[in-house]
Amino acid sequence: MSGDEALALASLHAGVVLGTGYPGTPSTEILEEFASLGGKAQWSPNEKVAMEVAIGAAFAGGRALVTMKHVGLNVAADPLFTVAYTGVTGALVIISADDPGMASSQNEQDNRRYAVAAALPMLEPSDSQQAYDFLWDAIEISERWHIPVLLRITTRVCHAKTVVKPRPESAVPAARPESFKRDVQHRVMIPAFARPAHHNLRTKLAEMATWNETCALNREFPGGSDLGIITSGVSVNHALEAAPGASVLQLGFTYPLPAAKIAAFASKVKRCVVIEEGDPYLYESIRVLGIPVENKPAMYRHGELNVNRVRRILAGDVSPEPPPLPGKPPQLCEGCSHRVVFETLGRMDCIVSGDIGCYTLGVLPPFKAMDTCVCMGASIGVGLGLRHILPDAEARRVVSVIGDSTFVHSGITGLVEMIYNPPSTGHVLIILDNSTTAMTGHQENPSTGRSLEHNATGKVVFEDLARSLGVKRVHVIDPRPGDPQFEKLVKESLDSGELVVIVARRPCILIAKQIREYEKRPCDAAVTEEAAV
Amino acid sequence: METIKPATNIVFAGLGGQGVLKASDILADAALRMGWDVKKSELHGMSQRGGSVTSDVRFGERVLSPMVPLGEADFLVLLVGDQLEPNRHYMKPSTVVLAPAAIPVELLLHPKSLNIALLGLLSHHLEITREHWLEAIRAHMPEKLLEMNIRAFELGCARAAS
Repeated sequence: MSGDEALALASLHAGVVLGTGYPGTPSTEILEEFASLGGKAQWSPNEKVAMEVAIGAAFAGGRALVTMKHVGLNVAADPLFTVAYTGVTGALVIISADDPGMASSQNEQDNRRYAVAAALPMLEPSDSQQAYDFLWDAIEISERWHIPVLLRITTRVCHAKTVVKPRPESAVPAARPESFKRDVQHRVMIPAFARPAHHNLRTKLAEMATWNETCALNREFPGGSDLGIITSGVSVNHALEAAPGASVLQLGFTYPLPAAKIAAFASKVKRCVVIEEGDPYLYESIRVLGIPVENKPAMYRHGELNVNRVRRILAGDVSPEPPPLPGKPPQLCEGCSHRVVFETLGRMDCIVSGDIGCYTLGVLPPFKAMDTCVCMGASIGVGLGLRHILPDAEARRVVSVIGDSTFVHSGITGLVEMIYNPPSTGHVLIILDNSTTAMTGHQENPSTGRSLEHNATGKVVFEDLARSLGVKRVHVIDPRPGDPQFEKLVKESLDSGELVVIVARRPCILIAKQIREYEKRPCDAAVTEEAAV
Repeated sequence: METIKPATNIVFAGLGGQGVLKASDILADAALRMGWDVKKSELHGMSQRGGSVTSDVRFGERVLSPMVPLGEADFLVLLVGDQLEPNRHYMKPSTVVLAPAAIPVELLLHPKSLNIALLGLLSHHLEITREHWLEAIRAHMPEKLLEMNIRAFELGCARAAS
């Protein structure tokens, strides 16, 4: 099974009572699989809210899981840093799925840095079996030290499939949330309580560092004394294959590090090389301990590692690597309603402040109709900033384009900014509403009115929301190929010099039929109507 | 050091929507049923939108990296002929390339089952029993598509034998 599936199975077996998250490659399948196995799982509007719901569940004494991709942890960083101080009553496992090489991401940040910055214990599994096992260990550590645990995985752990032997179901320890116990010194982070909480956190980390020296999460593969490799995550598999005679230390518990164990390993070999994807996190940490180890050449900081690249690192080969041969790039589907939008914006020579989703493909030919894309929700703020500073004639051509799920994720605050600090030329926001979170494989979101498992629930209606916030010009339109209405509306909106929200609504062509099936499911109409207000 | 026979390396390559992942899932399952260690790896995400997709399957007594090293593919299974060039770096002189040209598409009940027909072709070269292939296909196909895909697998087997 895949690493994501293994994490879901372990969560079920280990008694996780609530899984929350926001979809993001390569993490998405964890919650979907957890739900399909019978676990309670929910998509939140964004990772910050998901983290906060999971914190509440762990404060209540439950075993909670929150999942996200690496950039999602940026969004959730605010609660992350302080829940390290509060600690938890039950268990809290935070899964960060990093994407070295950027198979489907806007950056390749290395979230191991978050463990250090927030002072949280971190585990890094190397394959599906370890993903399964480490989820159990994460819960054990979380409950033992009353601290959230960061479980850091990468694309090749999430999506590679390897053999998993689950623990017997009878191994499930019972997690029984008790009634709420008031404990303000550990739950309310006013400065007077936060100061001792920080000291307490450092004490916990020191204890964990000692425990880490002998725990079973780190594996040593004995080999010769000429070459030693210290590694973590999926890289251990590449290293064992690339250097069959070497001694290998795979660190599974990678913050706080087992200093004595690493020193003892390094002293046994003539040459000790750190093999890790991304940032030189292990290398720097080990060097600070005064242990002589070798770093990979700078060029290997970029992209994933594989057997070939590990061989090159060990050989000190810094000659240019052959460029990857170009495959066929992804593109907007035939019949996708986003096509009409980008064809129109391109034709009108708009300056398009874009966002994250399938529609980011609007930047590529034949459309070439996107000018900026930074992070989730940035289209609105960036578009407003452009409008504030550009000469009027250019400012009037700026539009912000954002998808439905991304708008809910972090576009709503941008819309509030638009109303609070309107540019003198007005602004046009186009919400591309295809009724699903298409990019990550068609997950539901609060604007679809359906839960993670596609059952009817409360629904956020964009046009109602925009009007309630005070936008006078709110339009809903189905952008059809060959129909001049959409272009006419955009032109009028740009010319008006006012604040305009256009909801371009048409279900994603890939699942329009499926959505109709979901809509036929019985639902509690009263709940839906009430929530829609 | 114990000596372990190197893993058998297979790379599937095609475009989003062609069933690259389904084919590699079935092979991985069939190899697992044979009692081998199996690892499989691919990239999801952007590739869904009609772009190039590859999937690596490795099986043997013990498999280490989940990715087929460059220049070490034993088999390259192409679901569309023009994906040969982008994947040439996986090949070594002895790599066997299985291409869609070997399957007469008009004999398939549905062109979508090309992926399974190519598995039939591949089965000729691998030490996986017919029984385990069929079990794996059954485990990964909905009932209504089963007959069509088993027929496709048989067609691939027949083409390999001829």
